[in-house]
Amino acid sequence: MTTIFGVPTAALYGQLLIGLINGSFYALLSLGLAVIFGMLHVINFAHGALYMLGAFAAWLALTKFGVNYWAALALAPLAVAILGVIIERTTLRRLAGLDPLYGLLLTFGLSLVIEGMFRHWYGSSGQPYAPPPQLQGGVNLGFMFLPIYRGWVVVASVVVCFATWFVIERTRLGAYLRAATENPALVQAFGINVPLLVTATYAGGVALAGFAGVLAAPIYQVSPLMGSNLIIVVFAVVVVGGMGSIMGAIVTGYMLGVLEGLTKVYYPQASAIVIFVVMAIVLLVRPAGLFGRGE
Amino acid sequence: MIRTASSAAAAVKTLALSAAFGALALASAVSAQAADGVKIGILNDQSGVYADYGGKWSVEAARMAIEDFGGSVLGQKVELMSADHQNKPDIGSNIARQWYDVDNVDMITELTTSSVALAVHELSKTKKKIDIVVGAATSRLTGDACQPYGFHWAFDTRALAVGTGGALTRAGGDSWFFLTADYAFGYQLEDDTSKLVKQEGGKVLGAVKHPLNNTDFSSFLLQAQASQAKVVGLANAGLDTTNSVKQAAEFGLMAGGQKLAGLLMTLAEVHGLGLKSSSGLVLTEGFYWDLDDRSREFSDRFFKRTQRMPNMIQAGTYSAVLSYLKAVKAADSKDPDKVAAKLKELPVDDAFGRNGKVLANGRMIHDMYLFEVKKPEESKKPWDYYKLLSTIPGDKAFFTAAESGCPATK
Repeated sequence: MTTIFGVPTAALYGQLLIGLINGSFYALLSLGLAVIFGMLHVINFAHGALYMLGAFAAWLALTKFGVNYWAALALAPLAVAILGVIIERTTLRRLAGLDPLYGLLLTFGLSLVIEGMFRHWYGSSGQPYAPPPQLQGGVNLGFMFLPIYRGWVVVASVVVCFATWFVIERTRLGAYLRAATENPALVQAFGINVPLLVTATYAGGVALAGFAGVLAAPIYQVSPLMGSNLIIVVFAVVVVGGMGSIMGAIVTGYMLGVLEGLTKVYYPQASAIVIFVVMAIVLLVRPAGLFGRGE
Repeated sequence: MIRTASSAAAAVKTLALSAAFGALALASAVSAQAADGVKIGILNDQSGVYADYGGKWSVEAARMAIEDFGGSVLGQKVELMSADHQNKPDIGSNIARQWYDVDNVDMITELTTSSVALAVHELSKTKKKIDIVVGAATSRLTGDACQPYGFHWAFDTRALAVGTGGALTRAGGDSWFFLTADYAFGYQLEDDTSKLVKQEGGKVLGAVKHPLNNTDFSSFLLQAQASQAKVVGLANAGLDTTNSVKQAAEFGLMAGGQKLAGLLMTLAEVHGLGLKSSSGLVLTEGFYWDLDDRSREFSDRFFKRTQRMPNMIQAGTYSAVLSYLKAVKAADSKDPDKVAAKLKELPVDDAFGRNGKVLANGRMIHDMYLFEVKKPEESKKPWDYYKLLSTIPGDKAFFTAAESGCPATK
């Protein structure tokens, strides 16, 4: 059997694929954060809680109303987006123009409140959510057993990431968005409703978190703590990619997922910190992040 | 950007600190009224990963014990207090110190999380107050850390290892691979179980250490699959265990003929997972609601109050509080020396403990049970989760006082 540094190549392929799957979640979540930061200059600490809400929305929809996975994939992000509109209109808007620290503290507080409520209502050990019947089971790839659902996660996340990138970088709406980031007053003067654009951006960013939550529900336990376990890693991904960089968030998400997967083979104990080691190095060498433009 | 990131980190730190102080303030507010009476304190995790494992449900179980006992002892009212130690030893021992010094609490119990339990255990010794640990796993509590006023009630790492490690190996699961949480508790559980596996003639093919609070276990599960071990032992707890079980089902571990053994799992986690993900799982627990008439009678009453069936932590807390009150009555005094002597003298016979007795090192020994989680189609009613594989008699499951490593009972 061929081996690389003592690990059979077959096992290595398996781990690379798994890294890619985990990278899909990092990419989706950090993309939302990057979009929000780019437009609102808000470090959205509530992102993890909203991801958790997406998963809970899917679970509630299934158990209380019999809404299946496919419908939840559309409805849960919508519900999270509506909550996002409320959060932006009632609270975040008042902090516009202040130091980003205020937004961070506000959203951090919000996430504690949301998680606390769900823990109170549903306990901490989580709720089960089965994958949709179409995606159950798995295929044997020779080097590993790939659950079909995990394959779907990669496909769905690549499509959504690409669509988001396309909307922001290649459409007229995206051009307005980017212009409003550069100079909101001027864009407003041209007759474009900037406050609406800001609200829509926040709603869109958190909808991505909700979408990731629905994708995650059949894999992880739907638990109030699921977001807080992930959010710090996702922030590291955003910092490595460069705050506010769309492409940076996507590419770094996948890249660090794979790197983490490899660490789990060679030195599992370090897998929880490898991303932060990379973050520290990147900050030392390129403070604006790999894809950031610097200030 | 860097500035923002570092001030963000500082802000998070401040928030964590203030959360800690908030908990202290809360604990003292709850317990402000100092009066005569017998005071019992429940100190456990009520908001974190172990909130279902023990949590507020343990408080309810303690309340039931007090009601069942009649609400008073030696003509004094029995008071119950509770606080959340957030799994942090410093917060836990601060609350315990305040309870002992300011609020005249007579006994602290539950004490989920080994690190907190060890800290409070040490404090109880210097304060000469009784504590009865229920939720923590480490066998050190009645081993090298034993003390005259400290007791350990429901289970420990030794009993889990004997139950799952020993019995499963005898039943043909003679090669093992471990998924181990990368901290002291995980190591101890893996070590204890490995010893039992080898004693029974099995072998350990390998282990992988995963970080605490890991969310994705697929890499580790692939390694476990590649090892071709007959049994994959989960030396972890809480959400780590539920996530690894759920993902093991997803990756077809059980379907591929491997057996999954949860080394520390209770009914609460199985309920959270659902039978679809957890069926076939083997685990050791000291209590099951559907064991016999007495356990059913207690559990039905518990269910009416909480809408859930108790696990061994909650039922164990009931038993600990009830036994303490019986000992106070028998000693005709709250004096810790007299009560501790009575606790070690009286048999334990209640809804939780059968053939139970307390050893000189403070270890309560009672029968433990090896269960297999039922398939969804075998489950006839809500909470009908376990199939009994074997009963492990108390004196086989636990160390004797002489073996335990407790300096006082060597």
